Amino acid sequence: MFASLTERLQTVFAAVRRETRLTPESVETALREIRLALLEADVNFKVVKAFIDRVRDRAVHRAVLESLTPAQQVVAIVRDELLTLLGDGPAGLTASRQRPQVVLLLGLQGAGKTTTTVKLARWLTGQGRHPLVVSTDVRRPAAIEQLGMLADEGGIRVHDPARDAAVVTRAAGAVEMARSMGFDVVLVDTAGRLHIDDDLMGELEALKTAVQPSDLLYVADAMTGQDAIKSAGEFNRRLGISGVVLTKMDGDARGGAALSVVSVVGVPVSFVGDGERLDDLQPFYADRLVSRMLGMGDVLSLVEKAEQVVSREDATRLEQKICGNDFTLQDMRDQLETVKRMGPIDRLVELIPGMGQMASRMPGEVDPHALVQTMAIIDSMTRRERVRYQVLDGSRRRRIARGSGTTVQDVNRMVKQFVEMRRMLKTVGAASRSRKKKGGRRRGIPMRPGVPVT
Amino acid sequence: MSFLERLRAGLRRTTDQLVGRFDRLDADPATRVGVGPAAATASLDTLDTLEEILIEADIGVSASRRLLDRVRDHTGDADLRSVVKHELRRLLEAPIPAPVRGGCPRVVLVVGVNGTGKTTTVGRLARLLALSGQQPVICAADTFRAAAVEQLQVWARRAEADFVRARPGADPAAVVFDAISAGKARGRDVVLVDTAGRVHTRTNLMSELDKIRRVAGRAVDGAPHETLLVLDATVGQNGLAQAQAFLEAVGVTGVVLTKLDGTAKGGIAVAITAELGVPIRYVGVGEQLDDLVPFSAAEYVEALFEPAW
Ligand SMILES: Nc1nc2c(ncn2[C@@H]2O[C@H](COP(=O)(O)OP(=O)(O)OP(=O)(O)O)[C@@H](O)[C@H]2O)c(=O)[nH]1
Ligand SMILES: Nc1nc2c(ncn2[C@@H]2O[C@H](COP(=O)(O)OP(=O)(O)O)[C@@H](O)[C@H]2O)c(=O)[nH]1
Ligand SMILES: [Mg+2]
Ligand SMILES: [Mg+2]
Repeated sequence: MFASLTERLQTVFAAVRRETRLTPESVETALREIRLALLEADVNFKVVKAFIDRVRDRAVHRAVLESLTPAQQVVAIVRDELLTLLGDGPAGLTASRQRPQVVLLLGLQGAGKTTTTVKLARWLTGQGRHPLVVSTDVRRPAAIEQLGMLADEGGIRVHDPARDAAVVTRAAGAVEMARSMGFDVVLVDTAGRLHIDDDLMGELEALKTAVQPSDLLYVADAMTGQDAIKSAGEFNRRLGISGVVLTKMDGDARGGAALSVVSVVGVPVSFVGDGERLDDLQPFYADRLVSRMLGMGDVLSLVEKAEQVVSREDATRLEQKICGNDFTLQDMRDQLETVKRMGPIDRLVELIPGMGQMASRMPGEVDPHALVQTMAIIDSMTRRERVRYQVLDGSRRRRIARGSGTTVQDVNRMVKQFVEMRRMLKTVGAASRSRKKKGGRRRGIPMRPGVPVT
Repeated sequence: MSFLERLRAGLRRTTDQLVGRFDRLDADPATRVGVGPAAATASLDTLDTLEEILIEADIGVSASRRLLDRVRDHTGDADLRSVVKHELRRLLEAPIPAPVRGGCPRVVLVVGVNGTGKTTTVGRLARLLALSGQQPVICAADTFRAAAVEQLQVWARRAEADFVRARPGADPAAVVFDAISAGKARGRDVVLVDTAGRVHTRTNLMSELDKIRRVAGRAVDGAPHETLLVLDATVGQNGLAQAQAFLEAVGVTGVVLTKLDGTAKGGIAVAITAELGVPIRYVGVGEQLDDLVPFSAAEYVEALFEPAW
């Protein structure tokens, strides 16, 4: 199995950092590694080519080569270019005065259209909108029932004329119903189809003509490989895509398909689907994805996720701890407790800086058992030990192992991981401090209104 | 249409471009390879282009390199196309594991990440079995996804197979136990189990599959006798991670590659076979009942590289 993009880039950049000056040759070495990593992340090879050329152009520039910290600048260029390519799609629909506003969800079979239709309806409800959903999938067995059941579960109204099996009239009927009953947006789920299926693509064109959508959202599976540019390109050519939703980001796909789709469709990703539940839809932030790709961990998402479970004061405290570099074992225990409450750990662990790598270095997967063990070890420590890990000498470690029913090796490993994590947090804390000072892209750590950022 | 014709019809669109590029390469006298006198003439450019073709098919960098190394070291003096075909075929030849001995009915577990084509595949497998004179029972063990049971019920009707379901939210392992018991009681040959799609990184969902396995094993000797991983041909390099995770968690015995009727080539399955030794067993070439074809490495490679359509 190949290294993750994160790991690979970290290796590359660690290697580059060791050199005091970048030569055109060392730039080429780094570029080769970046090319490999992007290909393994499923970015289409044509997109990779263009990307590498852009990075090279900037990287071999004299100013970069002769600057004091050329390696860091290459990192910055890669990050910058990725950000430029990905863009930041505003999460939401196009601002349209059309009432009802009509949205079509399109894509290949199994991409996640039906689920996304209801997720999006719920998101819109949260924005104060009044959505109505309708299925036009008359082909896949029980597809109409699927949308109906999901909508019921999510408390969303459905238009479902029992005997109507015609795509256009189902959608048009929903628009009619919305108009008469005051729904201000109609979300039209469509059957999955192949971009080369001329008849079915024609059906979508007819549907588009009939209901005049303001938004055509292309739903793409984050696990897609090289084919992404062909399918997205063809949907775009025939229908004109206005937004992209990237689904199944809860897996460990590197998501390179996002780069491919965005560069062929020319519009940014607006939403990310990260789970099967109806609330698993998030606005897309390019810098988060890129940070994740570059292995910086995603403190921001973690903080937001934590916020849903812990009080605001707790979240702010965590943020201050991270920025102030005084994260203790007690804090780690609190966090693990929170993580336990937040749901499946494997989904969260990679959000914690440094933990993603640690997880992959641990034999097997991150199992809940390890979490419980870590908590047991910390529970067997004295207050002083929890706040100052430096006092943990051999005899203390032996006592803790006995107390927690583990071995000294377990304790050692846990402490080592903690130190590693602290080191990572220090870097991230420093980065987020300097971002705030410079008033960077996302204004420090984005929090919901009312949460103090400093 | 024969199965081979169907597969070829499905693959035709996917290969137009590939074949075109290959023809150009082949026409170039500098592309003859081998360690004989011709070896020196296989230029780096040629191999780069070849690598690109393989990567575009999602075969991946490392499996592509493996293939290219073999092409480069090929002894004898053959044209590039036949050497590549030959080596690709060799990579794809993983022995199909001997059928696990055990009681009756045989149990086939169908697993995979979300939306790959598991349910459709179960319906089509039932059809293939029925055509070969066996009597399958279809078991709806996806008790999670909305209307998954209703979807599968339609397929069971189409395939004229017995159908065992439970109420939504029920324990999937319990449904499997019921289906096997029903199969035994009615003297059926095979129980096909459709499972809920799951992302392979969700440890708790993976252990749910393991529980299904254990319960099946208790219900009938040697069960599950086969575990098929359904992969979408559009999947990229993540397919390898999926295969590895499902292999570790539930011991996958074969891959079903669906949606080959699109433009995607499903090349990651080559890497899966080459690196994990799991053979491809069936390919999906459409959405209808008959659109599932037993896989043959020779035919797959032939169809991929056949010049005249
Ligand atoms: N074109 C094409 N479509 C396919 C093929 N196999 C399945 N599909 C379609 O892909 C979509 C998903 O198939 P399902 O069988 O529901 O997939 P699944 O893996 O059971 O999905 P979940 O249970 O939701 O995870 C459906 O629209 C199928 O019709 C194939 O070989 N070719
Ligand atoms: N893990 C995960 N599964 C998803 C996500 N979005 C959709 N799914 C699942 O993917 C499968 C196909 O989704 P569906 O909405 O039916 O796709 P459609 O065929 O495009 O309408 C279902 O099993 C969904 O539960 C996501 O973001 N993450
Ligand atoms: Mg659907
Ligand atoms: Mg299914």
